[in-house]
Amino acid sequence: MNPGTSVFSRPGLKNYSTTQNVHLFLRMLSDKIKIAAFVSLVLAFAAYTFYLYTHLPVGQQKTSDPVIRGKTAWQKYNCSACHQIYGLGGFLGPDLTNVYSLRGKDYIRAFMITGTTIMPQFHLSEQEMNDVTAFLYGVDSSGNADPRSIKKYYDGTIEQ
Amino acid sequence: MTEQSNNKLRMVSRSFLLTGMLLLAAGMVFGLTGALQYLVPGLFKSYLSFEKIRPLHVSSMVFWILFAASGGVLSYLQQHTGRPVYSNLLLDIQFKLFVLSIILILYQYFAGVFGGREYWEFHPILAIPFTTGWVLFGINFFKTLGSLKKQPVYVWMWTTGIIFFLFTFAESYLWLIPYFRNNIVNDMTIQWKSYGSMVGAWNMLIYGSSLFLLEKISGNKKYSNSPMSFALYFTGLFNLMFNWGHHIYTLPTHGFIKNVSYLVSMTELLILGRIIWQWKSSVTTAARHFHHVSYRFMVAADAWIFLTLLLAIVMSVPAINVYTHGTHITVAHTMGATIGINSFLLLAIAFDQLEDKTKQVFINMKWLNRNYWIANISLFVFWISLIIAGILRSRWQMSGVRIPFSSMMEQLRPLFMLFFVSGAVLMVSLLLILGQTIKNHFMRQL
Repeated sequence: MNPGTSVFSRPGLKNYSTTQNVHLFLRMLSDKIKIAAFVSLVLAFAAYTFYLYTHLPVGQQKTSDPVIRGKTAWQKYNCSACHQIYGLGGFLGPDLTNVYSLRGKDYIRAFMITGTTIMPQFHLSEQEMNDVTAFLYGVDSSGNADPRSIKKYYDGTIEQ
Repeated sequence: MTEQSNNKLRMVSRSFLLTGMLLLAAGMVFGLTGALQYLVPGLFKSYLSFEKIRPLHVSSMVFWILFAASGGVLSYLQQHTGRPVYSNLLLDIQFKLFVLSIILILYQYFAGVFGGREYWEFHPILAIPFTTGWVLFGINFFKTLGSLKKQPVYVWMWTTGIIFFLFTFAESYLWLIPYFRNNIVNDMTIQWKSYGSMVGAWNMLIYGSSLFLLEKISGNKKYSNSPMSFALYFTGLFNLMFNWGHHIYTLPTHGFIKNVSYLVSMTELLILGRIIWQWKSSVTTAARHFHHVSYRFMVAADAWIFLTLLLAIVMSVPAINVYTHGTHITVAHTMGATIGINSFLLLAIAFDQLEDKTKQVFINMKWLNRNYWIANISLFVFWISLIIAGILRSRWQMSGVRIPFSSMMEQLRPLFMLFFVSGAVLMVSLLLILGQTIKNHFMRQL
C-alpha cells in the first residue's frame, strides 16, 4: 500500500491520508461513545423514574376527604409562600409540619380566624378551616420535621 | 443563509431577550418589595401581601431565564449551523405563546389565583400555552439542527436542556393525578424530583450558549470538541438526573434517594477541582478579553459558579444539610445561582446579540464598569447577609430550648436590613445597565 492511501474502505474516507482517516475514525467512534453514554444515562434515569413512580415512598393509603380538601385549600391560598412543610416553603412564617401536635387545632384555627400583623385574614369558610386543620393533622401524622431529631453520622449520612 | 431569514431571526431573538430583560427588571422590583415586607410587617397586606409578591417575583425571574435562554439558543444555533432557522412562523408563535403565558400568570397572582405549589407555581391551565410554546421551540431546534453527529458539546447541552425541561415540567404536574397527590410525602418526593432536575435543564441551555459565546469571543473552538468538555457535560447530566434528592434529605421518604443524591452530588467536586486547577489560566484569559462587555459578565459568572458550587457541595452532605435546610442559606444558594450565574450569563448573551456590527451596546465603558462592580459587590453583600441569617436561623432550629419564631425573626432584623439595602443597590445598578441597553437598542433602530 502506498503511503497516504486509506486503510479504510469507507467511500467518504478514501481521499484522506492514513493519519487523517485514523482521526476521522476516532471521531466517529467518539460520537458512538457519546451516544452510548447518553443513552445509558437516559435509560438509568428512566428506570429510576419508573421505580419511583411504581414504588412511592408511602405507598397508596386511603386519605380522608377533609385532608385532600385541606390540601386543595392550602394550595388555593398559596400558604407555602410563607410557611414550610418539612423545611420546604417560604421563610416569612414558621414551619407548620408538626404544628398540630405541638400547638393543637384551636391554636391553628385562631390564627386562621384573626390573621396576624403579617398574615392577612383570608376569610376562610368554616368548612375550609376544618379542612386546612385536617390537612395539617395529616401532615403532622406523616413524620417529624424537627432537625434535632435526625441522627447524623461522621460519614455525612443521616437517619430519621 | 438568506438575509431575510437572518434578519427575521435576529429580530425575534432580540424580542425574546428584550422581553426577558423587562421581566428581570419586574422580578427585581417584586423581589425588593418582598424583602421590604420582612422589614415592615404588614406592608401592602390588604392588596399585595407576601403570598402574591413571592410568586410574582419567582415567575418573573424564571420567565426572564426561559425567554432569554430560548431566544439565545435559536440564534446561536443558526450561527453554528449556518442555516436559517427551520420556521420563522413557529418562532413567532412560540414568542406570542410565551408572552401570553406570562401576562396571564402575572395577572392571576394579582387577582389572588394560585397554583399553590412550593417554589414555581401557577394555575395548571396556564401551563398549556407555555408547554405548546416549548414544544414549538423544540421542533424548530431539532429541525434546524438536523443531526447530533460530530456536534460540539454546546449542541449536546442545548439538546439535553430542551428535552429535560419538557419532561420535568410535565412531571411537575403529576400532582394533578390522585395517585401522586394523595399522600404529602409521595407528592413532595415527586415534586422535588421534577423541580431539582428542571433547574439543571435550564442550566444546560444557558451554559451551552455561554460556551458558544466564549468560543466566539476567543476564536478558539478546540474546547467544545474536547474529551474534557464532554466529561464535564456528562458529569452535569448525571447530576441533573440523580442529585435532586438533596432538596428532601429531611423528608421521611426512601433512604436510597438520599444516598444516591449524596453520592452523585459529590461528583461535582470534580467540576470544582477543575475550576481551581484552571484558575491561573482563567485569570490570564479574563485579562485578555476583559474589554469585551459580554466577557466581563462571564468572568463575574465564573466567580459566582465557584462560590455557588462550593456552597451547593457543602449543602449536599446530608449531615450538614440538616443544619442548612429550611434556612436562608438555601435562599443564598438560589440567589447566587439565579443572579450571579444565570442572569449574568444571560446578560452576556444579550449584550452579544444586541450589539451591531458598527456600534457597541455601551458607549460609556467607564459608566458600565462602575455599575458592573457595584452590582457584583452588592450581590456579594446580599449573599453573605443571607448566609449569616441562615446560620443564625440554623442555630435557633437546632437549639435545645427555642425562643418563639417571631423573636428569632426579630433577632435577624439587622441582617434583613442589610439584605434589603444591598438588594436595593444591586437592583438599581442592574436596572441602570438594563435601561441603558434597551435605550441604546431602540435609539439605533431610529
